[in-house]
Amino acid sequence: MMSVFPFIVVAWILAVGLYGVVTSRNLVHQIICLIVVQSSTYVLLLGVGYVTGAVAPYFFDVPDHTPAVDPVVQALALTDVVVEAAVTALLLSFAIQAHKRFGTLDPHELVSLKG
Amino acid sequence: MTPEQRRWIFLAAGIGFVAFFLWGLSGLPGFGNYPGPYGLAILRVAVAQTQATGVVSAINFDYRGFDTVGEEFILFAAAAGVSVVLRRLRGERERSALDEAADRDVPPTSGAVRMVALLFTGPVVVAGWWLASHAQTNPSGGFQGGVVLASAFVLIYLAGEFLVFKRFSPVTFTDVVEAVGAGGFAAVGLSAVLMGLPYLTNFLPLGQVPGAVSSSGTIALISFFVGLEVAAAFILIVGELLEQTLLIRQGDS
Repeated sequence: MMSVFPFIVVAWILAVGLYGVVTSRNLVHQIICLIVVQSSTYVLLLGVGYVTGAVAPYFFDVPDHTPAVDPVVQALALTDVVVEAAVTALLLSFAIQAHKRFGTLDPHELVSLKG
Repeated sequence: MTPEQRRWIFLAAGIGFVAFFLWGLSGLPGFGNYPGPYGLAILRVAVAQTQATGVVSAINFDYRGFDTVGEEFILFAAAAGVSVVLRRLRGERERSALDEAADRDVPPTSGAVRMVALLFTGPVVVAGWWLASHAQTNPSGGFQGGVVLASAFVLIYLAGEFLVFKRFSPVTFTDVVEAVGAGGFAAVGLSAVLMGLPYLTNFLPLGQVPGAVSSSGTIALISFFVGLEVAAAFILIVGELLEQTLLIRQGDS
């Protein structure tokens, strides 16, 4: 059970986030749901790279060849966290402009205003 | 499409997803039994090759430096996008002046908030610089340090007013810092090309002591540029978003 538990958590975060994106009635809420979806990838990356009993991939105060977890997935997650925050800001500014233009943040009403 | 239909389509797709996910899960190595050859190969050679004890930084700014250039320009483009999307449109002032709860009380910032924010500003700046300049040593680097540095400016906003925030971070200045950060990273890569080496080759002396601040050659330098870029990008984004509320507030009076 323990060997698949982190991946079940991944699926759960992904599913909860997607459900929020699909059913959301507010653009800001929808964007936050999208962040939840994306954070499932962090759990997946870190879960895949984990090695039982290993240290973090930093060798400042441990000997060089101590078994460590995979540093590549950590590097991926690290850059992604920051970039995601900036992209979220971009999405939120779209929401601000949508609200100014149409006076609503409800995606369903925005669709019906199109054209 | 009604919300009801949407939900049913989502449930049907969700069942399909669960099936595929379980199938994929059955092929994964169990949690904690990572077999990946790439990460383990890097772990074997990274400290000896780069003199950086922070292997994650070594990957970000050296082994996979080219990917990080791309990531950094996504950040750059997102910050530029926020500025473009939130630019003042024609007639914006009038429309923004429409405060939908004009009779609400806006309480002044409490003294406690001001004091705590001011107390933390200095240490946060120091922590940000420390993080941005110690990528080669420990779990830090330009990305983390930049975000921490930017949050010092958010503290200034909390302690004072938006106009003070603006005085500490004039847009022309943050624009230049952001450009220097993004361009500096690319320029470090190009300098290697000028020397006849592949793009982003670590051409600086690596130092003798692994994990020393002066070690690891271009890794430390690139991390510093990334720190500038990330800090400036987030200050710009926060400034742009705050300016939107200022437009509304100004309309009140």
